[in-house]
Parts: sequence; C-alpha cells; structure tokens
Amino acid sequence: MIEFRGVTKRFDDGTIAVNGLDLVVEAGTITVFVGPSGCGKTTSLRMVNRMIDPTSGTVLVDGRDVLTVDPPKLRLGIGYVIQQAGLFPHRTVLDNVATVPLLSGWSKGRARTRAAELLELVGLPAELGRRYPVQLSGGQQQRVGVARALAADPPVLLMDEPFSAVDPVVREGLQDELLRLQAELDKTIVFVTHDIDEAVRIGEKVAVFREGGVLAQYAPPAELLARPADDFVAGFVGKDRGYRSLSFVDAAGVEVRPVETADEPGGDGRWRLVVDADRRPQGWRAPDGSTVPGGSLYESGGPVRGALDAALSSPSGLGVVVDAEGRLAGVVEARQVLDVIESRRG
Amino acid sequence: MGDVVKYLSDAGTRAALWSMLLDHVWLSLLPLVISVVLAVVLGLVCHRYRRLNGFVVGLSNVVYTIPSLALFAIIPAVIGTQVLNPVNVVLALTIYTTALLVRPVVEALNAVPAHVTAAATAMGFRPWRRFLTVELPLSVPVLAAGVRVGSVSNISLVSVGALIGTGGLGTLFTDGFRQRYLAPIAIGIVLTLALALVVDLLLVGLRNLVTPWARAGRA
Ligand SMILES: Nc1ncnc2c1ncn2[C@@H]1O[C@H](COP(=O)(O)OP(=O)(O)O)[C@@H](O)[C@H]1O
Ligand SMILES: [Mg+2]
Repeated sequence: MIEFRGVTKRFDDGTIAVNGLDLVVEAGTITVFVGPSGCGKTTSLRMVNRMIDPTSGTVLVDGRDVLTVDPPKLRLGIGYVIQQAGLFPHRTVLDNVATVPLLSGWSKGRARTRAAELLELVGLPAELGRRYPVQLSGGQQQRVGVARALAADPPVLLMDEPFSAVDPVVREGLQDELLRLQAELDKTIVFVTHDIDEAVRIGEKVAVFREGGVLAQYAPPAELLARPADDFVAGFVGKDRGYRSLSFVDAAGVEVRPVETADEPGGDGRWRLVVDADRRPQGWRAPDGSTVPGGSLYESGGPVRGALDAALSSPSGLGVVVDAEGRLAGVVEARQVLDVIESRRG
Repeated sequence: MGDVVKYLSDAGTRAALWSMLLDHVWLSLLPLVISVVLAVVLGLVCHRYRRLNGFVVGLSNVVYTIPSLALFAIIPAVIGTQVLNPVNVVLALTIYTTALLVRPVVEALNAVPAHVTAAATAMGFRPWRRFLTVELPLSVPVLAAGVRVGSVSNISLVSVGALIGTGGLGTLFTDGFRQRYLAPIAIGIVLTLALALVVDLLLVGLRNLVTPWARAGRA
C-alpha cells in the first residue's frame, strides 16, 4: 500500500508541483494518475521512490515513511518504468534486465537466468537477449523496460507514461499485456498517463489531477465517467463519456436470439448471416442476394458497450454475438440493449 | 636512399635508433595515460558542479594555446628540475593532453541521456557506481576520439622536446640538421609516422574491444 498524507512539493523556483495530496493506493491494484501536462503526476510518482522529496507531508510505502529509508535501498524494492524505457545502450538486453538483481547482490548466473525468465514473461523471444537496445523496436524496448523493472520481483511498480511514445496499435497490445501480467503478479502499480482512455482502460482506480498539482477526483473509472466531480473532470474525461461508460456495464439481461444463416434454404427478402464450416461469422447476405461485410462482433459476456456497437455497426441492424472461440451464438438488436440500460436506471 | 642504407648498416646506430624509439614511446604515451585519468576526474567534477564547466573549459583552451617550446622551457624554472630532465616533457605533455581531453569528456558526460541516468538512479544505483558503470562507459567513444588526437599530438610534440635535449626520435632531426645529413632526418620522419600509425591502430582496436555496443545499431 502507498499512502500520500498531505503531501506538497514546492520546487526551489517557487513552482508548486503537488499541493496537499491525500491519497491511498491499495496493495495489489493498478492506480492511474491522469491529468494534463504539468499537473504534478511525475512529481507525485517520484516522491514514492525518493527521486524527489516532499516539501511537507508524508509518503508511506507499506506503512513506512519513505524518508526514513536510504534511497538506493528503497529503490531496489520499487520497479520504475519510464517513457523512453531508459535502457542502458551499452548493455545487452539480457544484462539490462539483470541489472537490479545484480545490484541486489545476486550472482551473475542467477541474475541472467532470472532475466531470461522475465524476457519470456513479457513475451520477448530469448534471442533478443543478446542484442543491444538500439536493435529493438520501440514497443520491444518498452517490454524490456517492464521486464527490467520486474526482475527483482519488487512489490511496487511505478510507471511514468510507459506507453506514450509507441504507436496506438502497439500501445493497446502493451496495455493488454500489462493487465495480463498484473493478473498473474498482483503488484501495487502506480501508472501515470495524460491519456484518459488509457487511464479508464487499465486503472482499477483513477486519480485525476488538475493544474497546480491538486487532486480533482479519485474514483473507479466507471464512476469517473458516470459522475465526474466537477466541470474540470467532466471536460477532461471528454466527449462520449455516456457511451464510453457502457464499457463498465455488464450485459446481463440482454436476450440473445437465433438468426437465419445463409446456408439454410429459403429466406428470400431477409438478411441472413454468412458463416463458415466452424460457424464463424463471415458477413451478411443482403435481401437482394449480395454479400456485404459484417459489423463488429460482440463476445458473449463482455460489457454492454460491445453489444450496442455490434448492433449499430451491423448492416442488418442485428448485432452478431459470438462465443469465446468466435463461433456464432446469436444476435441482438440495439433496441433490446437500450431497454436493458434504461431498466437499470430504475 | 643509399645514404639511409649506409646509415642503418651500423649496428651501433641501429641500437641507438631502437632506444630513441622506446624513449619516444614512453615520453608520449605516459602523459597520455595520466591525462586520461586527470581529464576523467576533472570531467566528473565539472559534470557534478556544472557552474565549473565554463571555467575549466576556458582554462583548458588557454593552456592549449601556450607554445610547446615555451612550456618545455618554463617548467624546469617553475618546478626546479634540470633542463634535460625528461619529467619536464612528461609534465608539459600531460598538461596539454589534459587540456585537450577535458572538454570532450565533459561534453560526453553531459550528453548521456537524462532518461538513462534517471532510470539508473531509480533502480538503486549509488552515485559512484552509476558514474563508473553507466556514465563513464557511455562516454568512451567520445573520450577515445580525443585520446586518438592526443596520441598523435604527443608523438609529434615529443620531437620538439629534442630541441631542449630530452631524447626520443626528435634527436634524429636535431642531429641531422646540425650535421647537414639527410638520412637520420628521413628515418626520423618514417619512424615517427609509423609510431603514430601503430599507436592509433592499437587505440582503435582497444576502443572497439570495450564498446561493442557503439557499432550495434549500424549492423
Ligand atoms: N525540477 C523542477 N524544478 C522546477 N519546477 C519543476 C521541476 N520539475 C517539475 N517542475 C514543474 O512542476 C510542475 C509539475 O511537473 P510534473 O510533475 O513533471 O508534471 P506532469 O508529470 O504532470 O506533466 C510543472 O509545472 C513543472 O514545470
Ligand atoms: Mg510527467
């Protein structure tokens, strides 16, 4: 657990970067600090591992005031990942990952073995271990950065805009990977980003900062979207928040109905679904007999947003529902989804 | 050409050449080694206390403009050594080479990306360890370029030292001019060039050995 108690940071030039921060990061959760640039996210993060010390107030990690711990010792137990990865250009990928175990006094052999395990954990092939960081893509470098931060198995992980410099597709892959890792590792993670979509996607709780280093709202993402504390948060959370909040609403109660498929006889003048031999949807057969591409697919059990999007994006108006293997389960209509959402308000 | 062959046919001359060559090697390389250490120490100080940067770099520029002959002549007067003492040359060249190397070392240390040093600090490196295992190794390519210039410059400056009688291959020039005899001068030129070339090749080899990472990106 990480606790900020009345933490303020004023730099020598008078800038107040963080102002009276009170916040508790629960153990074993991903907490996201989000807000526009310059609102004190990085400063707050760096007060946890004493890269910066507060002007007043207390930061506690697992109940211990960090100011009472020798910084290098404190940092060995706190992983740190940054935007440019910060890999050592003069060390191989494997040696980069082995850094903290070596600093912690492990033998070289044991540290390298551990580093190889970590590369595998973050989904990198073992051969990459022999390369130097310049020989990797941006996304691969970020994975190495994560592997390096996790190498000595620290209970706490600090991540400062770790995925901001990679392109959106790679970023989404890295976010998924982080969520998968976290399900396995159960770390206490503080993740800084300026991207609200990233924040609501990966955060179990999200702290929204505003200019002047003031905490504007601290809440689970669903609550942030549904009930922003004030105009600043509402504005920062952005457009379409009603629609985006459907990501946090489950679809229980939305009835999945059967649909005619194109391989069945008859059915002239109606939309029929084209499926392959495994009953995976391939598109729609229009009433005039032509075949058109389908809309998005909704995997049964997912949040209601996917069901609504499947219906809205489908040429037939019928949202296609599939099971975990991608095989046809049935269809839903937008009207049904909206009825369920409405009835929940009651 | 005939002169050179005749000159070299004498065993005594060949032995003298060999000892001049050895003198030249240590007179030029000992200051180089000392300078690398001094420049790294000064560079570290400047890197830590950035306010000193301007002063140290300015001072090194001034030192570098002092004529070598003047420095060779002043040093004995200042430190009280005999004029012929080789310490004078070693000291003078150490001053020159340090002045030459300080600037690139400071620049190389300052050029280490902030995110790399921040990551090192965040992982738990203590300042000394970080300097020795991160910042210094990353400065080696720039330092090596300076050292190569320094080695060539020292090898040629040691010859100047012969004017005040400190030995080395420069003696061949002073003798040759005095006796109006071309062979030793020609041999002096060839040996000096060969020495500079061999030392440079060794330095490049050494640099490549310790910085395999610097060429990784271009493969
Ligand atoms: N070392 C420093 N000295 C003076 N001001 C700083 C320093 N570091 C950050 N600041 C200022 O503190 C504020 C918060 O910075 P930061 O925590 O980096 O914001 P964020 O990470 O949210 O973009 C900014 O106004 C920034 O300019
Ligand atoms: Mg920041």
